[in-house]
Amino acid sequence: MADFETPKLDDITTIPTVKSGTMEHSSPYVAKPVIQEPLGFPGELVDDWENVAVAKLGELSNKYRALRVYLDSCVKCGACTDKCHYYLGTSDPKNMPVARQDLLRKVYRRYYTLAGKWFPKLVGATDMTKEVLDDWYSYYHQCSQCRRCSVFCPYGIDTAEISMAARDIMDAVGKGQKYCNEIIGKVFKIGNNLGLPEPALRDTLEDLEEEVEEECGVPVKFPLDQKGADVLLVTPSADFFAEPHIDGLIGYGKVFHQAGISWTVSSHASEAANFGMFIGSYENMRKVSMRIREAALDLGVKRIVFGECGHAWRVAYSFLNTLAGPFDFLDPKYPVPQHICEVTHDLIQKGVLKFDKSQNDHMVLTYHDSCNVARASRMGSKPGGQFTIPRDIIKTVCNNYVDMAADSIHDATYCCGGGGGLLTDDLMELRVRGAKPRMEAVKQVVDAHGVTNMAAICAICKSQFTKVFPYYGYGMDMIVSVHQLVSNAIIMDGAQDGGDEDRETAEDAPQSA
Amino acid sequence: MTLEVNGKTFETDEEGYLADLNDWEPGVAEAMAQAEDVELTSDHWEIINFLREYYEEYQIAPAVRVLTKAVGKKLGKDKGNSKYLYELFPYGPGKQACKYAGLPKPTGCV
Repeated sequence: MADFETPKLDDITTIPTVKSGTMEHSSPYVAKPVIQEPLGFPGELVDDWENVAVAKLGELSNKYRALRVYLDSCVKCGACTDKCHYYLGTSDPKNMPVARQDLLRKVYRRYYTLAGKWFPKLVGATDMTKEVLDDWYSYYHQCSQCRRCSVFCPYGIDTAEISMAARDIMDAVGKGQKYCNEIIGKVFKIGNNLGLPEPALRDTLEDLEEEVEEECGVPVKFPLDQKGADVLLVTPSADFFAEPHIDGLIGYGKVFHQAGISWTVSSHASEAANFGMFIGSYENMRKVSMRIREAALDLGVKRIVFGECGHAWRVAYSFLNTLAGPFDFLDPKYPVPQHICEVTHDLIQKGVLKFDKSQNDHMVLTYHDSCNVARASRMGSKPGGQFTIPRDIIKTVCNNYVDMAADSIHDATYCCGGGGGLLTDDLMELRVRGAKPRMEAVKQVVDAHGVTNMAAICAICKSQFTKVFPYYGYGMDMIVSVHQLVSNAIIMDGAQDGGDEDRETAEDAPQSA
Repeated sequence: MTLEVNGKTFETDEEGYLADLNDWEPGVAEAMAQAEDVELTSDHWEIINFLREYYEEYQIAPAVRVLTKAVGKKLGKDKGNSKYLYELFPYGPGKQACKYAGLPKPTGCV
């Protein structure tokens, strides 16, 4: 299947020797006009694209002051060079964050700094050429916008912002990425990334109700478009579709049921993900977000709760109020918006939920911090809540839990390798190589502590690990949802036998690749 | 890109998925499977036919759970799981089986 070699895992992640050009060939499919145009972008590379690109760069660096500071302030100290999982997994020097930034910075310098206008060669400034554009297309689609490098940068330069700006400029000249832009188009047309229409969603949820009742004997409902419900659940559409995502959705349903909270999914806003952020397009990000506001108003809910989705939580936590607010029509007693982990954690604190931890005794768990949750948001009322709350939940529902190495978790977490709009088959080599540092941290806890499963709260992480684990010799269902663990252990009133579902996790792992 | 089957030419996207669902005929699935060294048995055809029926009704491929449940009902409980489907379609029922059935590739975080 693969025409590349899976990297060999080291005992400790080491900094590789530079090998120039190893990932030059990596470049995702370009969006066709039919995909570009509904998003307001030119269908194909425009005439005079060089000037359009330079003008757009000027516009963005004036509009976003942070971007201008990032472009101006790098002193080439080198602190970021070994912090990117794609550099560690590919050895390609253009995957060093500073080099990735410089692909854009050298053009910025040429047109927007005095020194670059007069003495371009002295300050590493270059013209906007076809070669530069091709390099941008390749290497800005080798950045998952995970922001690990920015944690280690003494100036806090955020490569994600630069990569978003570069993608925005490329869209403006008509060179967009098929994967992201096709998906955004589906959200506008159908309501979610998958393109799951309302009848299929209804059918899927009804099926799920049947399945859950058969398993635990309790009629847990998965309501759709139910007006007057208290909670609107906005969750990634992968939760309706893929494994282990759907096991997480079952967990949310059981928590709401057991706590007596009325809730609903909306067919209009049946997607938490917001790929508008990945392509750096404020307009598209806002349009996707507005669907959530519209659904909340239409259904008359009092609260908005987000399911397990990493970048959705960044958009929700950090930007939702300015993108689609004000949310003064919601109940002010609850945070707007709220994460499903916060909901479950609060209910645990209040003693509303009871668990039989032994239901997860067939697993030894570790937890993967998803980058956008870890480095771009928070949970709960205390600093670091985004690290402690998911772990507290896992430890409440499982007896066996071990953390991975300190330099690979919390705000130093490694990206799964598929974030930021790179979760597409045409980038499989990059995804497998980029997962190497995370795989090495996993291997350490597997070898030392017998870890059998890793939990996560991001749909992209879950799908990415399902695909890349087998490349490294692990089972695809080694990755589990946090609320899948909750679902296994929660004691439901009226249940027949305390819930005996989902027992095939560690031992029946189907292997692929 | 194109696919040649019995002298007929079919248009596909970059990843080999059929451009137009309505062009599909059984020979297309055979040719795609052959290119990936998969021999289509009646077990494969059960899945492919189910996918096409489901798509016709809902305009999307079924979710993994919907598919495994339907397979379990039709072919027996021991086959109603993703392990069985992965044995038939090693690259994943969602993507490989959809391709053979002429359906578009599922998009999103899957």
